[in-house]
Amino acid sequence: MNMLEINGLNVWFGTARDRVDAVKGATFDVAKGQSFGLVGESGSGKSTILRAITGLAPTWSGSIKVAGETVEHKRHKSFFKTVQMVFQDPYASLHPRHSVDQVLGETLHLHGFKDIDNRVVKLLDDVGLGQKFRFRYPHQLSGGQRQRVAIARALAPEPTLLLLDEPTSALDVSVQAEILNLLADLRAEHGLTYLMVSHDLSVVGHMCDRLAVMKDGEIVEIMDVAALQGMQAKHPYSRQLLEASV
Amino acid sequence: MSQTQTLRAWLLTDTPTSRRHAKLSAIYQGWLSFRSNTMAMIGLGILVLLVLVAAAAPILAPHDPFAQDLGNRLAPLWSDSHVFGTDSLGRDILSRLIYGARITLYIVGLVALIAPILGLLVGTVSGYVGGWVDVVLMRITDIFLAFPRLVLALAFVAALGAGIENAVLAISLTAWPPYARIARAETLTIRSSDYISAIQLQGAGALRIITKHIWPLCISSLIVRVTLDMAGIILAAAGLGFLGLGAQPPSPEWGAMISEGRRFILDHWWVATVPGLAIFTVSLAFNLLGDGLRDVLDPKAGE
Amino acid sequence: MEKLLDVENLWVKFPSRQGVFDAVRGVSFSLGRERLGIVGESGSGKSMTGRAILRLIRSPGIVEADHIKLDGVNLLAKTEKEMRAVRGQRISMVMQDPKFSLNPVTTIGDQIIEAYRLHNKASKADAYAKSIEMLEAVSIRDPERVMRAYPHEMSGGMGQRIMIAMMLIPNPEILIADEPTSALDVSVQRQVLDIMDKLVKERGMGLIFISHDLNLVADFCDRVLIMYAGRIVEVCEADKLHEAKHPYTRGLLNSLPRLDAPRDRLEVLQRDPAWSTAPSVSGQI
Repeated sequence: MNMLEINGLNVWFGTARDRVDAVKGATFDVAKGQSFGLVGESGSGKSTILRAITGLAPTWSGSIKVAGETVEHKRHKSFFKTVQMVFQDPYASLHPRHSVDQVLGETLHLHGFKDIDNRVVKLLDDVGLGQKFRFRYPHQLSGGQRQRVAIARALAPEPTLLLLDEPTSALDVSVQAEILNLLADLRAEHGLTYLMVSHDLSVVGHMCDRLAVMKDGEIVEIMDVAALQGMQAKHPYSRQLLEASV
Repeated sequence: MSQTQTLRAWLLTDTPTSRRHAKLSAIYQGWLSFRSNTMAMIGLGILVLLVLVAAAAPILAPHDPFAQDLGNRLAPLWSDSHVFGTDSLGRDILSRLIYGARITLYIVGLVALIAPILGLLVGTVSGYVGGWVDVVLMRITDIFLAFPRLVLALAFVAALGAGIENAVLAISLTAWPPYARIARAETLTIRSSDYISAIQLQGAGALRIITKHIWPLCISSLIVRVTLDMAGIILAAAGLGFLGLGAQPPSPEWGAMISEGRRFILDHWWVATVPGLAIFTVSLAFNLLGDGLRDVLDPKAGE
Repeated sequence: MEKLLDVENLWVKFPSRQGVFDAVRGVSFSLGRERLGIVGESGSGKSMTGRAILRLIRSPGIVEADHIKLDGVNLLAKTEKEMRAVRGQRISMVMQDPKFSLNPVTTIGDQIIEAYRLHNKASKADAYAKSIEMLEAVSIRDPERVMRAYPHEMSGGMGQRIMIAMMLIPNPEILIADEPTSALDVSVQRQVLDIMDKLVKERGMGLIFISHDLNLVADFCDRVLIMYAGRIVEVCEADKLHEAKHPYTRGLLNSLPRLDAPRDRLEVLQRDPAWSTAPSVSGQI
């Protein structure tokens, strides 16, 4: 079964003369439990696809299906129980005046959970933070710790599809390794499906099963990671990217 | 000594153990950085003194502020039992100043409650919702901004009748537009940030996002603005009092006292000068406090 | 090799309420006519080291050192006014994000011409010709158009090339590049580095290249200092970086995912407290 099916997705910003087509006719699907990577340089539209799926980019056309159900432009609350997102910059994705406890507690409350206290404890353990971080504010956390909190927040509603928008590009390499390991563990543990955006081919090569290469809003090639590791990209642009990152 | 040391360490910890602990710790750190600003501490000191004086007015005032003594009118400074002399009806100026502090605080308190809250509401809703709501709300704000402040206040008072409550209302109604502008500008930058996107992805509605996520970030810069504007508000209230449209006689409002004293300003200068100095001191105190608060609360100015 | 710059026992201190925080702790190194890489994670003090050389640490930060000698003259003994003649003229710096380093309301041409005339006595026409030449030197294809453009009309790679062109106008002896390519896409990264490399070689300059990217530094530099917690933990030849000995360097190298050697789990760096207490290794020639 496919967890995510995207067909002829167009996303644009602005109207008439100022219209910018950020994504043009993107088509791909992600099987349940799979990890799919979107690769490209800045401005290629890879993050925009994630924003269109979640509704943060409201002007899109085409079809998006999550777990077999077509996604409407106006998303029902239950949609966010299935799909969650982790943002690129952990320094910008946490409210500066909310403690970790508030961030997770509010998320759980919004999804109608009752045993909030227990769940906050469990979430913090899941992402390897532990209890001593529960009442800290973002400025008392390092970048890696913040990203763990952001991951805990995304996991709170127990989603099945997790959208990862360059989750480690703002972090140091040693912290990146920790976060990537954590994401791999969580996927195995909770049977999650990942759609991961990255500009770093080696990160996608490590994390994903399949990937799509994007350029100027279009998907130029979809391939298996085995092909990537074997340097068997077909499209000249993907080959160029591959050569630049080895 | 060790008791205070551990309390300090408890407050300065980076690993708070409970919700209350985290909050107290954040407040204490803010206080520490505020305390290092000497001028702001002076401002705060003056204002605390003002509150204490207002609270203890019946004990502190040497005379009844309304008791007239026509035989001893316009007594000079330091005359017996009248430190600041007496006014044209022989009332003790010091006592009137002390009781007047209550009125000043009353005005300041009410305006500080009404204007920023109204501005915050209008500004954040306008900024977050956008579209035609934004257009309508901001044009209304523009209309209010276009009037000269004192003139609009005069019009309100003329329509509603003279009196301290109406003066406060009039000042508040003319003071909110700048706060709405600030709140809107802040909301626009906050709205596009990742943490707002993140809470939107949890299905949070506009009301929750505005009140729980945007307000806490707007409030600090509004507090700073209000404190800095307080001097102007006191002066506006005094101005209305001076024109006879604010507090009515025999109320010991400072502006009204200056107004009464101006008739004798050449021969008996202290009658107008002493309440003038009081207004000056309190206004200055608010400005100093505002500067200090900006350093603590406004992260942008700090960096 | 002759020493362009010699730094002995450099400290950068930030006094705060919780006591003095040492961002850089007793670092010594020297720079010849070579490409010297400084790598480390955020907070390792690598950027502070670069800024301290130019005495660009903002108050309340304090720079202390036995000496920072440029051609044998101690920079710490200079007055602020004399330092201004050093900055830009003899030591230039390229920052991470070109957007913040260029004036947004002036055309690029005007900024380059102004920078050129500040350092050289030249007529406007000469300065213009020279600026075009500079832009061509950093492989900008259409220099006349770029001269008329505003910074926001430029892509990141273009902006960074323009910054490099501007920094090289006064012909400095040393260029300090602080993460000059980390805001750029991989394909553009390569081009910018090639340009920098060519210019540094042609002019016989010394380059201090500050980066978090080990592979980039290994490729691009001659010698590498690895910094951890404000100290240099290892110095090695860049081409031998992959044979580095120190467990920190090894840990960093192993924590990178690699396309040619896929693994199920990445190695996580185990930090040893002894690393931050061990004395700083000297990077002097």
